[in-house]
Amino acid sequence: MAEPKTKYDRQLRIWGEQGQAALEKASICLLNCGPTGSETLKNLVLGGVGSITVIDGSKVEVGDLGNNFMVDESSVGQSKAQCVCSFLQELNDAVKAKFIEEYPEALIETNPSFFSQFTLVVATQLGEDSMVKLDTICRQANVMLIFARSYGLTGFVRISLKEHTVVESKPDHFLDDLRLNNPWPELKRFAESIDLDVQDPVVHKHTPYVVILVKVAEQWAKSHGGSLPSTRDEKKEFKDLLKARMISMDEDNYKEAIEASFKVFARRGIGPDLQQILNDSSAEVDSNSSDFWVMVAALKEFIANEGGGEAPLEGSIPDMTSSTELYVNLQNIYQAKAEADVLVIEQRVRNILKKIGKDPNSISQTTLKGFCRNARKLKVCRYRSIEDEFNSPILPELQKYLTDEDYSVAVGFYILLRAVDRFAANYNSFPGQFDGGMDEEISRLKTTAVGLLSDLGCNGLTLTEDLINEMCRFGASELHAVAAFIGGIASQEVIKLITSQFLPMSGTFIFSGIDHKSQLLSL
Amino acid sequence: MADAEAQPSQSRDLDKLLLRPGHLVGANFEPGQDLRDDLAQYAKVLVVGAGGLGCELLKDLALSGFKNLEVIDMDRIEVTNLNRQFLFRLEDVGKPKAEVAAKRVMERVSGVSIKPHYCRIEDKEIDFYSDFNIIVLGLDSIEARSYINSVACSFLEYDSDDNPREETFKPMVDGGTEGFKGHARVIVPGVTPCFECTIWLFPPQVKFPLCTLAETPRTAAHCIEYAHLIKWDEVHSGKSFDPDDPKHMKWVYDEAVKRAELFGIPGVTYSLTQGVVKNIIPAIASTNAIISAACALETLKITSGCSKTLSNYLTYNGVEGLHTKVTEFVRDKDCLVCGPGVLIELETSVTLQKFIDLLEEHPKLLLSKASVTHQGNNLYMQAPPVLEEMTRSNLSLPLFELMGKTAKSALHVTGTTTKNDKKTSVLRKLRVVFKGVDGVTDMDTAGGA
Repeated sequence: MAEPKTKYDRQLRIWGEQGQAALEKASICLLNCGPTGSETLKNLVLGGVGSITVIDGSKVEVGDLGNNFMVDESSVGQSKAQCVCSFLQELNDAVKAKFIEEYPEALIETNPSFFSQFTLVVATQLGEDSMVKLDTICRQANVMLIFARSYGLTGFVRISLKEHTVVESKPDHFLDDLRLNNPWPELKRFAESIDLDVQDPVVHKHTPYVVILVKVAEQWAKSHGGSLPSTRDEKKEFKDLLKARMISMDEDNYKEAIEASFKVFARRGIGPDLQQILNDSSAEVDSNSSDFWVMVAALKEFIANEGGGEAPLEGSIPDMTSSTELYVNLQNIYQAKAEADVLVIEQRVRNILKKIGKDPNSISQTTLKGFCRNARKLKVCRYRSIEDEFNSPILPELQKYLTDEDYSVAVGFYILLRAVDRFAANYNSFPGQFDGGMDEEISRLKTTAVGLLSDLGCNGLTLTEDLINEMCRFGASELHAVAAFIGGIASQEVIKLITSQFLPMSGTFIFSGIDHKSQLLSL
Repeated sequence: MADAEAQPSQSRDLDKLLLRPGHLVGANFEPGQDLRDDLAQYAKVLVVGAGGLGCELLKDLALSGFKNLEVIDMDRIEVTNLNRQFLFRLEDVGKPKAEVAAKRVMERVSGVSIKPHYCRIEDKEIDFYSDFNIIVLGLDSIEARSYINSVACSFLEYDSDDNPREETFKPMVDGGTEGFKGHARVIVPGVTPCFECTIWLFPPQVKFPLCTLAETPRTAAHCIEYAHLIKWDEVHSGKSFDPDDPKHMKWVYDEAVKRAELFGIPGVTYSLTQGVVKNIIPAIASTNAIISAACALETLKITSGCSKTLSNYLTYNGVEGLHTKVTEFVRDKDCLVCGPGVLIELETSVTLQKFIDLLEEHPKLLLSKASVTHQGNNLYMQAPPVLEEMTRSNLSLPLFELMGKTAKSALHVTGTTTKNDKKTSVLRKLRVVFKGVDGVTDMDTAGGA
């Protein structure tokens, strides 16, 4: 066995040791192991989740050989769960793989407490009734849940859980935390110790832009009654000031300063997303509060007091043209301030924990450091229950989608994916599942969809004939390529949920395999 | 129909799409069992790359009705592939990817034939590529994409009004991933933009200036690149650095640590050293699965017409929530690769040697070491040595004669050009017109020699 670290090298570079540890602790339950479920699990087994439990009551049929890679000719007539499970085990022997030959619908009805042992349930190809019931069960047991379904050239993915909080959201583009327009005393002092008018051209072109901008911004403030450039003219004037300081055209540090001058103009203090989290009622903590919200409560106090409106400093700086010495010194100044901020937060967290009757040391310093470093990037995701969405979707959104050309196909599929379940409940098969009588199936599906729309409060709105036709043509088929796409998305979201890194999707993802104009619907 | 349905069929789900008429389908769609059987019997698909995308693609295509697949890849299996390249096991490490991938898929999907090619894409004759109905790309390099693109575009012919001829279209589907992000696109040279038309989508990699590495290092990466690019050559004169040799990597790491300590720079780790030196792109199973599935679905749709086609570029980003977007890029009318070809006017007396020299100076081409083919005939080949010797005598002959004395005709030249300080193999199509010849010969009707 090769060192597992080597095997996982390419993913450790994304979610790190911590993310990997979370995956290796997770136990995943899969409901129904057709291609959609099998492909979802395949991607998770490769990544090294702790354990999987495959639940499916069906036997492998010849038709399954054409859309599911995890079964082969020798599997026909055997338990599908068993065959899929044994193939998945081949992919990674570090994963504990087991199966239960039972229909998920039956398990949901008869043994709801069964699900509480899992970190996360992946429910594939379930009908509406079972979805609603399972959702209620998982919410009560605090088990994460994700639904995935492939249906012809369409399908959906939907996360369902009460609340998911993220510290390491790792956004691609996020303004760095340099405080150029609000320097703390040590940074100010450091800038003051450096002469921008230095004669030596080598030193001049190696003064980092952070120092240049802090100094020039301060000069500006002095001559403008304490305020910084805000109008377009002022901003241009500020940039001209920087340009005028260049003593040759090849001074990259000044070019960087001009490019980064927007960081001086940016508003001080925290952004609206973080403000919303601070205002959340969960930030009023008690003994039931999670560590996340305890830390948010401390953050709120910090911002109002020591922070002076700012979150704890992130403590890292981007690369910039500079001499090694100045750069390293600058880095140390940012780091020292960040460490000092962590200590203040730590004190506040310990006090809050004591106040709500918890062990004051129950949150580790590593956790606190990570929290402070990411304080500006915190995310809270909440998902409506399936029952709420199904019974009372957000009507203005639904109406907007139905009349918006960009959304018409996606929302059409959303309605039809629900309509086919109603259809199946009424007629004991999905529209177009069997050959023959297609015209009648089409008109029945249309009636069902119109009925559903009117139940949802969208009287008079209808779907295009083309889409209804296509849905009947699909005939509940599970195409491998569509299943692999839907399963890929589902597994990606599972990874984000389990590692508590990055931002999981919101709403319902509706796949359109016709033109790939898929959409997220918030209903 | 009812009888056929009663028989259990492997194609149970796919039949719904291939046998039934649809409303939102391609113009060429003719549903029926013939379509399904033709797809299985006659459609030939080439998968380029048997890595993260390639493994998925082979599986997806084998389960999408295609039974004649070939795969080309020059790499061998490494341990770091195992977190996503699901056709490979630990005991396969060291074996050629194409061979193992082909074998695994054939073991599991009955009736599918996959022919592996363990070699570089440039090692194949251009004719090899003309054999396929569609080429699917699962690559991680811009150079390789660019090469296959130029090959597919070289088959494209234009009529006398400079309109592309449909029967010469060679469609491609291209996928790419990086971490939680990826793209899938459809390229039909002559109709959609080719890879080169939108080359700006792939900006060249930013490199550190050497003076920063030598004089003012600031980050761990600077220390690593100093050890890798400067110190290595100073110490090991003449011996080239091999990123796959762990001893070499360890040496670079140790030197980078020393330099970092000297300057007080934090953050040099062995993992980062590997990442910087090998330019490792993080890769995971789920993104590869998503992108490959999209590519396979497009391959099925283009080949069968069973639904509309992606038009023409899909991006996926799972970092902050989930974003998919379709962008319709447009062709670059002056594209050197998918356009009608660079027009070159010559005297009838110009020899092949003179012509090759000319290509090196041509501002649009700057093509050195050119090999020249005309309608499938090798006029001059730089390699292999046997071919070089066979074609050498042509160099002193006038090109006009070698091309059958036609007033205008198309030529294909392969050679190297320098792009971003890097030598790359390129294939270019040229339209040669000879001065002073009463050219009524239509190049497009001239039969292949």
